[in-house]
Amino acid sequence: MLRSLLIDADKCTGCVQCELACSFENEGVFNPSKSRIRVFTFHHEGRFVPYTCTQCAEAWCMQACPVDAIALDVNTGAKVVHDSVCVGCKVCTIACPFGTVNYSSVSGKVIKCDLCGGDPACAKACPTAAITYVDADQTGFEKMRAWAGKTDASSAASV
Amino acid sequence: MQYIVIGAGPAGVTACETLRELDSTGRITLIGGEPEPPYSRMAIPYLLVENIDEQGTYLRKSEDHYSERQIEYLSDPVTQVNPQQKSITQAGGDRLDYDRLLIATGATPLKPPIPGIDIPGVHNCWTLADARVIVERAKPGTPVVLIGAGFIECIILEALVGRDVQLTVVEKADRMVPLMMDDVAGGLLKTWCENKGINIITNCGVASFEKDNAGVSVNLDNGESLSAGLAITAMGVRSNMEFLAGSGIDLDQGILVDPYLETNLAGIFAAGDVAQGRDFSTGSNMMQAIQPTSVEHARIAATNMVFTKRMAHQGSLNMNVLDTLGLISASFGLWMGVEGGEHSTLLDEARYRYLKLQFDGEYLVGASSLGHTQHIGVLRGLIRSHVPLGVWKVRLMNDPTRLMEAYLGSVQGVN
Repeated sequence: MLRSLLIDADKCTGCVQCELACSFENEGVFNPSKSRIRVFTFHHEGRFVPYTCTQCAEAWCMQACPVDAIALDVNTGAKVVHDSVCVGCKVCTIACPFGTVNYSSVSGKVIKCDLCGGDPACAKACPTAAITYVDADQTGFEKMRAWAGKTDASSAASV
Repeated sequence: MQYIVIGAGPAGVTACETLRELDSTGRITLIGGEPEPPYSRMAIPYLLVENIDEQGTYLRKSEDHYSERQIEYLSDPVTQVNPQQKSITQAGGDRLDYDRLLIATGATPLKPPIPGIDIPGVHNCWTLADARVIVERAKPGTPVVLIGAGFIECIILEALVGRDVQLTVVEKADRMVPLMMDDVAGGLLKTWCENKGINIITNCGVASFEKDNAGVSVNLDNGESLSAGLAITAMGVRSNMEFLAGSGIDLDQGILVDPYLETNLAGIFAAGDVAQGRDFSTGSNMMQAIQPTSVEHARIAATNMVFTKRMAHQGSLNMNVLDTLGLISASFGLWMGVEGGEHSTLLDEARYRYLKLQFDGEYLVGASSLGHTQHIGVLRGLIRSHVPLGVWKVRLMNDPTRLMEAYLGSVQGVN
């Protein structure tokens, strides 16, 4: 069964353990700026909101790639960047309406969440269960799809 | 059902794949005009710097990709469309009948009537064949003149610098990338390039090309002459639609399409760079010529080729991203702003960072950025979702960098 990241921002304390775990797992350094999950701060409301790629069904990044460098991992449902194919053109970074595909000038490639191959480090590191890795059915998948739909360039005709 | 798709770029290939997903039994024929398997022109700069080989430019990497999907790929340009007979004619003389036709023939570089433009040493950078010539001629230390400093040219510029040539750029407009950036961003980009040792001449056109000992002499409007081993011209493009003359298909700058990506002739569709489709920001039919729009067009057109008027195009957002020698710029939608609108700007000249947001009332309608690489896609999300920003309008006016928070707060309602 497909699993996905469930984010419950109400439980987030802003400790950024997820960012540190992600950057260490994927980049080998403890550097939040290299993390694929980011915690956003809402000063006015006093809230923290972790956010990363939802592995959306539309897969804007994958659709936009001119060289087929982003592929679906059928085991996890993640859309995964293949570094050996990515030319670093960055079209996916503007195509993703969620802002969760970023270019790394160090590698000359784009980086995005790949669910750590099915064992996401952010979820393991979160001390308050604000980030969990659960059956996709429980994650409000439909809600995410609705968000994605709002940015769609097309719509089913009313006829 | 026989589908014919003319043009083997991203739009043509994506359309064929979508057709196959939706119709498992129809016959699908994809017709390209070049000898190679379908490839991406966008990848050519990366071929020039030898980051990838020619195969790395191919749109799909598996050799069996097309045969596995029973997509027949022919490489012989189409010279005529005969809507009365529902057939097309190829350069080789073959005639094929169709039930549904998609035209996705893209564009070709313009060749302005400049004396000497046909002499050896003056080239375009458009096809794999062009790339091979450039690799041959643009050796380290070779003086190269790049004519044009628009979007595509800046990508070529990066590749030429990567080949260690001695580069001069000549641009007719007063700044670089005039169609994608304002004077502040364009000016910063020029300074950035000059600091990297590139000679950039703006406000200047080319009067003529002549053979000389080095290869070619580029004679400028201002009387100056540049001697070079290679001159690369990139002075705009035109849609590939001459073969449609007399077909009855409505043409403007591109092929005019309705919201279903269908032309005025039933059963004939157009997609990609050649299609003049709906622009999200203006609501009118405009040329965009960008990868994401091509793919959107293709998916929608293919859907409507299988199921009549099933999916309507709401308009594609014009956007671009560019890496010029490590300085990354992007623009979205109405980046130049709207009458009566407001904008917020953040400028750090010393660090080459610039962000400009354009608002129309409570909505974000456009943006441009320089030196930002993190979360820039959210600009698309904010513009495209067209939600009133509420409290986030003032917050973004005060601090335009809080884009992700604005998106999460206003579009996804998480705060």
